[in-house]
Parts: sequence; structure tokens; C-alpha cells
Amino acid sequence: MKFEVEYSSIESVAGPLVVVGKVGKAAYNEIVKIKLQNGEIRLGQVLDTSREHAIVQVFGPTNGINIKSTSVSFLGDTFNTGVSEGMLGRIFDGKGEPRDGGSKIAYEEKLDINGEPMNPTARAVPSDFIETGISSIDGMNTLVRGQKLPLFSSSGLQHNRLVAQITRQASVRNKEESFAVVFAGIGITYDDYLYFTNEFRKTGALSKTVAFINLADDPSIERIITPRIALTTAEFLAYKKDMHVLVILNDMTNYAEALRELSSAREEVPGRRGYPGYMYTDLASIFERAGIIRGKKGSITQLNVVTMPGDDITHPIPDLTGYITEGQIYLSRDLANKNIYPPINPLPSLSRLMNNGIGAGKTREDHRGVADQLFGAYARSQEAKSLSSIVGTEALSQEDKDYLKFGDDFENRFLKQGFYERRDIFQTLDLGWELLSALPEEHLTRIKKEHVEKYYKRKKEDEAVEKK
Amino acid sequence: MGAIERISGPLVIAYGMLGSSMYDVVKVGKDKLIGEIIQLRGDKAVVQVYEDTSGLTPEEPVESTFLPLSVELGPGIMKNIYDGIQRPLEVIKKKSGDFIGRGIVADPIDRKKKWKFIPTAKKGARIGEGSIIGYVQETGLVKHYILIPEGIEGTIESIKEGNFTVEETVAEVKTGKNENKIKITMMQKRSARKAAKFQKKVETNEPLITGQRISDTFFPVAKGGVAAIPGGFGTGKTVFEHQLAKWSDADIVVYVGCGERGNEMSDVLNEFPELKDPKSGLPLMERTVLIANTSNMPVAAREASIYTGITIAEYFRDMGYNVAVMADSTSRWAEAMREISARLEEMPGEEGYPAYLAKRLAEYYERAGKVVALSGKIGSATLVSAVSPPGGDLSEPVSQGTLRVVKTFWSLDSALAYSRHFPAIDWLRSYSLYTEQLEKWYTEHVSETFTSDRDEAMRVLQTEAELKNIVQLVGEDALPDNQRAVLELGRMIRESFLRQSAFDEVDAYTSMKKQSLMLSTILYYGRKINELIASGAKIDSIQKMKSRTALGRIKDIKEQDIEKSCSEIRKQIDGEVKALILGQQPETGNKAEQKVAAEENK
Repeated sequence: MKFEVEYSSIESVAGPLVVVGKVGKAAYNEIVKIKLQNGEIRLGQVLDTSREHAIVQVFGPTNGINIKSTSVSFLGDTFNTGVSEGMLGRIFDGKGEPRDGGSKIAYEEKLDINGEPMNPTARAVPSDFIETGISSIDGMNTLVRGQKLPLFSSSGLQHNRLVAQITRQASVRNKEESFAVVFAGIGITYDDYLYFTNEFRKTGALSKTVAFINLADDPSIERIITPRIALTTAEFLAYKKDMHVLVILNDMTNYAEALRELSSAREEVPGRRGYPGYMYTDLASIFERAGIIRGKKGSITQLNVVTMPGDDITHPIPDLTGYITEGQIYLSRDLANKNIYPPINPLPSLSRLMNNGIGAGKTREDHRGVADQLFGAYARSQEAKSLSSIVGTEALSQEDKDYLKFGDDFENRFLKQGFYERRDIFQTLDLGWELLSALPEEHLTRIKKEHVEKYYKRKKEDEAVEKK
Repeated sequence: MGAIERISGPLVIAYGMLGSSMYDVVKVGKDKLIGEIIQLRGDKAVVQVYEDTSGLTPEEPVESTFLPLSVELGPGIMKNIYDGIQRPLEVIKKKSGDFIGRGIVADPIDRKKKWKFIPTAKKGARIGEGSIIGYVQETGLVKHYILIPEGIEGTIESIKEGNFTVEETVAEVKTGKNENKIKITMMQKRSARKAAKFQKKVETNEPLITGQRISDTFFPVAKGGVAAIPGGFGTGKTVFEHQLAKWSDADIVVYVGCGERGNEMSDVLNEFPELKDPKSGLPLMERTVLIANTSNMPVAAREASIYTGITIAEYFRDMGYNVAVMADSTSRWAEAMREISARLEEMPGEEGYPAYLAKRLAEYYERAGKVVALSGKIGSATLVSAVSPPGGDLSEPVSQGTLRVVKTFWSLDSALAYSRHFPAIDWLRSYSLYTEQLEKWYTEHVSETFTSDRDEAMRVLQTEAELKNIVQLVGEDALPDNQRAVLELGRMIRESFLRQSAFDEVDAYTSMKKQSLMLSTILYYGRKINELIASGAKIDSIQKMKSRTALGRIKDIKEQDIEKSCSEIRKQIDGEVKALILGQQPETGNKAEQKVAAEENK
């Protein structure tokens, strides 16, 4: 720590940026305390430093900052946040200060919110199947522990409800381990905030949850640090306290908007749609903090919400997110309009780590094949559907008609499920077989022959018995 | 020695740097962070720093090493995993734990380990740069030849067999002009940004066999060639690159994870030691070098990682090996360039990328090729690069710059990926410009009819696509039977041949022999159903053929059974087609009656 000197040499203020002159030695990324003339204190961070001046980004509004009488002091450290196990069950604001009116936290450690990159050789391959109880996730886009899987949603879709359901239902089969939820609300509305705290409270998850809330009307620059504080807390709980932490960052689109705002204030060359060229790297520094370290008991799994502006999956925010995360859960407006909850369209959804978490011993031997066949058949049903909209259902071949029916059944029985309905993986797979058994056997080429023998035939025989 | 003037992200401006050259490596600040000079203005140098610059302050010291960014080469390099500037990540883990700290220095090649050096050159022999003087059996799969470093020419004064570390002298060379003796060790350094010398480039006439049917059969890349695989997220770039790294018949594989996911690298690290080389049965890791600069590691080192990879590849190429470099993804490399360019406040080109982007891309791909090395051996470096175009749109600058120079293009399609047709490579948009020069190889090594089979299959797929457009409008039933037979055959080629599972034990790798038999059997089926239609049978009748199901599972047949099974399938087809031709009269009659009955019921 260096001696704290107050500078009153602010040269200019523009947007969230303050330029301080005659500083001498401000460190890059150093934290800055800004003292207004009324005694109010705001925090900032050095973005650019030279022998002449330092450019400081203020976390909070810049109103009241005055070139003549506001003073600035450099704290000699990068942005740290206090962490402790006592934070569980508490609610904080976007800067990590308690906002629930509870007692002060006795922090065990202070950690740099930017963390350090995990050494790739230290990573363990995520392979523990997380059962969410939702067929379209467990059966077709399986989530595993240590994965980062975003929900690609759109405004007006029920992603919050789905996140709440997953948080309530998710578990690792046959394992009793300590888990925690770290929830970061990034630019969410007060309504959403209430919904989540109520849901967590109702299900008893609140005592296991640390929530950081940056509301929609809180300073947008604060959104840059909220997910980082949340992840630093999660890393502490996972790697120091051996907990399996589910991190929910909701909503990363607001984060990216804040990043763009900051970038334009810095007068940087804009990239696509005005977002900065380094947005990929910046998002990666957040998403890549999911994972498991070899030899450590805890883990960090991320389930983030990304609302696609204009339902457009090629918009830079979902696009760059998809390039970093290990798949995506895609919520579809079409399905939602058909009153199907959860409106997960499995075709554009993907879980890249699925293969690590499924199969004999983990879920069931036929899991891969069933999932592939369901994908294939549902894709085929969509082709038949678009064909029928041109030539009419009557003109379809019998095969196409069968697939059309399969598609409807699949949507109404497999995809659709209740908010409180929890299907275990065997129920999900059996349901899959039930739907597939409507198709002729020679169409099931994506499933291993022995599994067709075992499950398809058995299903058929069961049906025959039932008929009798 | 200079000092810091200004810090902005990964860029540091230092003053008092007179005497340093462009691209010299410097140590920045009290922590001695590694950086490289990328601009000189008077006594000021702009330095891109390969580590996080948080906490650096103006006036901290900056020290030049007066050496360019270089790669250490010698025994001990195989099986390693490095970061973008060749720091061994395993060693870094020992030094700084599970997370990568800053300012950590580690030798890329183990200095203590002793290797058994076997000389092949004799005392008194004339040698020049690139000459081979001996070798070390580095791993079960790699015989590591010791090359004379750049700029040395003369006669061997002494050379000895024995166990040495990479820093110990194994030979002495007397140069012509002065009588100084130069000590040769097993380790050398090469500048990363400069292409290595060779005698000449030669024509590429042998395919890189990958075991992936769409590549080997339809769109091959030559050994020494360049291929690109662009595609939006989730289309399977990484899985395909992994497949190539695992199964291609290169002697050495350099895998560069450039700005991609950490979990993918740990997947490779976990899987490769377990996988066995199909020829020798030894772990594939024994021929692999990994470079991992994941997306959350410093961006400047990501820019360097591609060069580190190709420099290692050239070194092994010079020993006479066929080397393959898998780079995933070059878009991240280009983005790193863009980020640094923006910080330099250069005038941006298209989409903010620097104007020299296309040149850098071309320079990189030109380092591929089949060459006669300075030692006289023939080696090759094949480059296969993933490209990640934003929104899957190939009109963006990185894809365009890449497509201008690569000769094999595997076009990924998200519609195929959504229906889980993997590899999701669009057979109509992809191309390989190597097919012509490789034709001879295929005829000699696979079969005489192979290339004509391939062309026939391609024609079928092309016609199928055209017919499908019509089907979209009028439905399949409206087509005449001979056209529906084309659809049937096209479907068979797509489902049974083009689709290949990377995760199935049998299907992950297909030998050329099996590929050729699979294809000819499928085409045989096509010819037979054509005969059937020509004889007047209805297309619906083939749906009862049992051989169709057998063909549907042809990819599950094990390598050793393929010949037998294929001839069985042919016999089965023959039998069923014969029966159908013989029995078609009464059957079509039945059908017609059924139709009438059905209509009456309505």
C-alpha cells in the first residue's frame, strides 16, 4: 500500500470518464476514491495511465463531480472484493455492498475481482451429469458440472421462470454435496429481482444463495464489475470452501450494453453494431471462469441469460457468447406461442459437453442414440411441416405425415412440461422411446442396433400386451 | 534501459529505448512481464505485453533483450503443452498453482533431462545450416534429428555419442574463415515471425489421410496443403479439428488452441494420451505438441501463438516429417491483431481490422508446403485452420482473406448441425483444388475406380439438391420414379457415407479401403435400383428391401469385416432386386387393387 495522496487536479469529465492530471504514478487498473465536495465517496478505476495524467472510469454517476473541488486519491490496489462463507443467504448491490439491511459481513479474504486465468493443465474435464428434471435439457442437451451454458432468450419469453425451475430442481444423481447459488442480477428490473428472491425463499434456496443485484436504474458502469464480483465470490466458495456453485448471470445483454457505453465514452474504434472489438475477449474473461480444478472438490457451473436483441441469434452478443460458451439453450417464440413451456427448441440448442456426462454408468447406455434420433426425427418433422405449408398436408407422403404427427407429439409430450414437474432421466429416455416407437424400425439408424433390440422391441411388445 | 511512459491495456509505451529494434523482446516493469516492441518513435517504443498489465505504473523499468521473439527447439518439445509464447504450462502450474500468475519465467525445454544422442555425421564432414548430424529417440513415435542452426557452415571437428542435456556440446564445427570452433548443442532458437529457409518447394501430390470420409473422399487436403473450416458456433469446427489431430496420418501434429475454451484443451490433454496411433499402437500424444492460449489468457500472447505453432512445425518439417498444424481458431488471432491495432490508433480497415490483415493471413498460409529441406530431406507442413465468422457470415474480412489463399474449403452449415448431421460440412459448397493432383495417388493406392466413383457420387448429390427444390414445391410423390430413385440414392450417400460420428468407436476413423468399399457398395445399390425401375417396378417396392437397412448400418461394420460384409450386402441386393423384378407383375397388380380399394373406402 502506498501513502494515500489526494489529488485535486481533475482536468476533464466526460461520460463516465474523469481525467486526472499531474498524478505521476497511477497504476494501470488501480482503484481510485473520488471525494465530492459534499463528502460523498465514489469509486473508480484507472483505464489508462501515463506520466502526465490518468484516465479514471467512475463506477457510478458522474453528476456532482467538479473540476475545482472534487478530489481523487489512488488506493494502490486493483479492485478487490471481500469474500466469506457468511455471505450465503445475503443480498448485495452491484458493487458488493449489502443491500438487504443486514449486519456487516466479516470478510475472510479480499480478492482481486478480475481473478487470474485458470491454467488449462489444471482443469479437470467436466463429466458429472446434472439432472435438471427438464426433458429437453437432460435428454437432448445435457448439462454437466463445470459447464457454462447460456439461455438464449428473447424479450417476453419465460427465461426467468426456467432459471428458477432449474435452480430448484438441479441435482447430481446419487450425490449429497454442499452446493451454493451465486446470483448476479445485471440491470434487471425490480420485478424480476422480487420474483427471484421470492422463488429462492419459497424453495429454501435463499439460505444457500448469494445475490448481487444491479437494478436497471443503477449506474450502468457498475454492471462491468457485478459479474466479476459474483464470480470472485463463487471461486472462493468453490475452491476454498469445497462447494458446487451454480452461477447465474442475468442478463449478459445488459452487461454488453454497458461495455459498449464505456467503449464509446473512451472514443474507441467501434466494432460490429458499435460493440467494442475486444468484446469477445472481455466476455471470455467472465465465461471462462466456469470449470473444475483437478484435485479440488468444488466446481463452478454457469447458467447465464442472454436475451437476443430482435430475436436475432446472429446479433453480436449471442454470437460471441455462443463462440465462448459450451453450447446454448435456445428459447423459441414459436413454441412459446403454442403455449409450450419450457419453450426450448432443441434443434438450435446444443451442449458441447453432453458426451462427457452421459452413457452407461452415468445416465443410460442408449442416451446418445435416443438423443440423436430425436434430433433427426424432429428435424425431419420440421421439414415435413414446411413442405405441408406449401403443398398442403394431403399431398404429403405417408412417411412425411408420420413425421408430422411425431413432431406434434414431441412438442406436446416431450418438450412441454409443468413448472413443478420433475422428470428423472429414465422417465425422459423412456418417454423418448415411446415417441420413437411410432416410427418404423429401419428409420432408427442413429441408435445402436443392440439398443433398438433392447428398448424399441420391448416397447413394442409392451404395447402389444397392453392392447390385449 | 528505458522506463514506462504510459500504459493502456496490453500496450505500454516506454521511453529511453534508443538502440532497440522492431520486434525485440523486452521485459516490462518490476515483475519483468514479457513484451515485444511493435512500434518505434524516436526514443519511444510501443510494447505489446504478453501478460496482464494491471498494477504497472509509469516510470517502472523496461529492459530490452535485443532479441526477437523466438521459439526454443530441441528434444523435450514433444508431448508438451505451451502457452502462446512457449512457456510450458505444466511447469507454470508447479510454480504458480492452478491459476496463471504474472512474470513467471520457465524454460520451454527441460534443461536437466539427458537424451541419448546418436551421431550420423562423421568427423571431417562438410556441414551447413540445416544439416542433420545425428538424432535422439525422443518418444516412441518421434526420432528427433539434430539440425545445424542457422548461419553455421564448416567441417565437423568432433562429434560424440552419449547422454547429453540440450545445453551440452555434442559436436564442434570449424568454420572456414577463422579457426574458431563453434559448439553445437541439441537445442536451437528460431525467430517465430520469420519463415524458415528451405531449398525449394515441390508439388504436393499425396493426400493427408484423415479417416474422415467427407475429407478423404470428397474434399481432400494434400500433405503440405492448406485447408480452412469456417463456420458459426456449434457447427462443429473444434470437433472436426480434433478428429484431424487424432486420426490424420501426419508424423507430427501441432495443435494450436488460439483464444478458445479451456475445457476443450483439458479434453485434448485427457484424451490424447489414451488414444492409440492406428499404425504403431502408441499413444497419439507422443507425436503431438499443444499450444494453448485460451480466450481468457492475455490477448497479445494469442497473437503470438499462431507463429509459435508454425515455427515448431517448420522445424520438424526440416527433419523430413509430414507435419500438420491445426489452428483453432484463426479468427481469434485476427481479433487479437485488431485489438492491438486499435490500441495503436492505426487507421482501421474493414470491420475495424487492420489494413494488413489479408497480408498477415497470406504470409501465415504461405509457410505451409512440401519442401526439399536444407538437409535434402523432403518434408511438409499442412495447415488446417478453423475460422469463426461472426453470425456464420462468410463475407467478413477474416473468412475472405482466408478463402483467397486456401485450397481446401470445408463449408460448415448450421442447418445441418441443427439436424445433427455431423460433420456438418455442406457437400455442395465445399471444394478442394487438390483433387486433380491427387488423382494419381488415389488410383494407385486406393482403387482404379475410386475417383470415378467419387465423381458419380458427387453428381448424384448435385442432382438430388436440384430435385429437392422441385420437391419443395410439388411434393416427392409428383416426381417420376427414376428421379425418386436419385433422391433415394442421394439420401443413402448422405446418411450412410457423409454422416460420421466422432464419438463412435468404429465410425470415428474410416480407412481408405473401407471408404472406397462403402462408396462402391452404395453406388452399386443405386445402379441396381435403377435397373429395377427401368424394368417397370415401382419405387415404393424398394422400401421392403432388407439390404437397405444393412446399407444404413454400413458404417458400423468393423474394418476387418468390411470386405466380407460388403460382398454379402451386394449379394443381398442382387437377390432382392432379382426377386422384385420377377415378382413385380403380381405385386404391382396387388398394389393397384389396394389403391382402388382405399379410394373406394374414402
